[in-house]
Amino acid sequence: MTAIDDRRAQPGGLNQPRDGTPLIAVRELSKVYPMAKGERVQALSRINMEIGQGEFVSLVGPSGCGKTTVLRILAGLIADYTGDVSVSGKSLHGPSREVGVVFQDANLMPWRTALANVLLPAEVLGLNRKQARARAQELLSMVGLEGFERKLPGELSGGMRQRVAIARALIHDPAVLLLDEPFGALDAMTRDTMNVELAAIAARSKKTVFLITHSIAEAVFLSDRVLVMSSRPGRIVEVIPVQLPRPRGLDIIVDLGFAATVLRIRRLLDGDTASALPSIAH
Amino acid sequence: MSREARGMMSREARRLRLKRAARRCFAALWPPLAFGALVLGGWEAGARWGGLDPMMLPAPSEIAEQFQLGFASGLYPQHLGVTLLQAMIGFGIAICAGVGIGALISAVPLVERTLNPFLIAFEAMPKIAMAPLVIVWFGYGIWSKVVLAAAIAFFPVLVSTILGLRACEPGRLDVLRCLGASRAQVFRLVRLPSALPFIFSGINVAVVFVLLGAIVGEFVGAKAGLGTLILAANENLETARVFSILALLAGMGMLLHFGVTALRQRLLFWAGPQAGPPTA
Repeated sequence: MTAIDDRRAQPGGLNQPRDGTPLIAVRELSKVYPMAKGERVQALSRINMEIGQGEFVSLVGPSGCGKTTVLRILAGLIADYTGDVSVSGKSLHGPSREVGVVFQDANLMPWRTALANVLLPAEVLGLNRKQARARAQELLSMVGLEGFERKLPGELSGGMRQRVAIARALIHDPAVLLLDEPFGALDAMTRDTMNVELAAIAARSKKTVFLITHSIAEAVFLSDRVLVMSSRPGRIVEVIPVQLPRPRGLDIIVDLGFAATVLRIRRLLDGDTASALPSIAH
Repeated sequence: MSREARGMMSREARRLRLKRAARRCFAALWPPLAFGALVLGGWEAGARWGGLDPMMLPAPSEIAEQFQLGFASGLYPQHLGVTLLQAMIGFGIAICAGVGIGALISAVPLVERTLNPFLIAFEAMPKIAMAPLVIVWFGYGIWSKVVLAAAIAFFPVLVSTILGLRACEPGRLDVLRCLGASRAQVFRLVRLPSALPFIFSGINVAVVFVLLGAIVGEFVGAKAGLGTLILAANENLETARVFSILALLAGMGMLLHFGVTALRQRLLFWAGPQAGPPTA
């Protein structure tokens, strides 16, 4: 299967945005981690992908396949790689203002109120204080936290903390929102709610979103396209377009098109490493 | 319901709340109070009728009298002021140096590798042994005591600062790093606040150590201070007086400790009371 899939992963293959110029372009991206005793681990091997303006793209794959490495490179947290990565046409080597990141843990500063946490990037980047404050208020109400501005992270639930983290990632108005299993630490019910809200936030803010997840259902529910990764070395084996109308509700789970897409991705992943995946729902 | 009735209700409720608070307070305080009273009572009885040597263990009443006398004559406040001043200046120096050098060590690996063996050697040495030398260097005035107090209190602050700066959650650092924050920004916005619970546990130890340093310095050579008063009273075999000064020092130490705890609660409102490593 690899020969066919490798061809699909090349530029010009299926791995193209549906419309517009690519906002994120990744060409021949490889990453090798040096290990102890001089060994080297090939984490990523010749990754190619393009993400268009306003697109919602997910990357799914088994644990340890290198999906987080892809995100950390896009976030500017890993600067030594081979290949080309560009955001908004600019080659990326290090942090970029065009990018906002939400991690698996909210990583809020416990000594700052929700509002002050959202304002943290504005302080780092030296944005106009008054405008940033107004925008932070808007973002907090967009993520459904109006009235919680003065609460400390310790007084918020896990879902609320992650909402603050999303608002914080958007405060400097980046072109791209990167999400690294943002709801992985939440319980299933909260996770469903957060996914519905994330879809709404992505639609309202018109941001380009790149989501890392190991939940196939989550990826299909949210995305325009799903990139399927396999491990050792990490590479993209298939790109699955999701042709489901928007806005999508949670009842889409019983839709046949949804089920067929989920099944297709599951088969792709099971052929690779069946045991690395949770069996139901995710 | 009439306004009067509501007023009655709230008065009744307030009375109940007060009563409950008083009961809680009593529940917390009675064991130590009872124990203290028992020990003091037994001690007093032993001194009066049990034939305790007043040179060894003078009666609590006598100690209390000395205490009162010392304050009435203005002698204790004057010397207490000197000791406290020395301790507080030393405290300030220990905190600034401990946090500053700790920050430098955790920021620059070369500094850590260079200083580490010397710091370990200096820490292993009993700082009190330097007292005579420090008196020779800095004289009989307050500065020799300040230096001793600072030298002893410096290490707990340094060690807790290094530990705290190291313990910063990597996820919090990632948040700033992916914004391209400068090292100074990372330190100010994440590392230092994250380390504060640790630093405070060091400061809690330091506040007791500075009193120790000041008193030892005064023992070795000083013109004024509670340490000199203890030495003088001891030479005159005024044991009750020595005890009264010890009681004063214990009270002083406790007040300083509570001061640090209160400051901690103000600054670390976001951290639980047990955050950071346990105080040594």
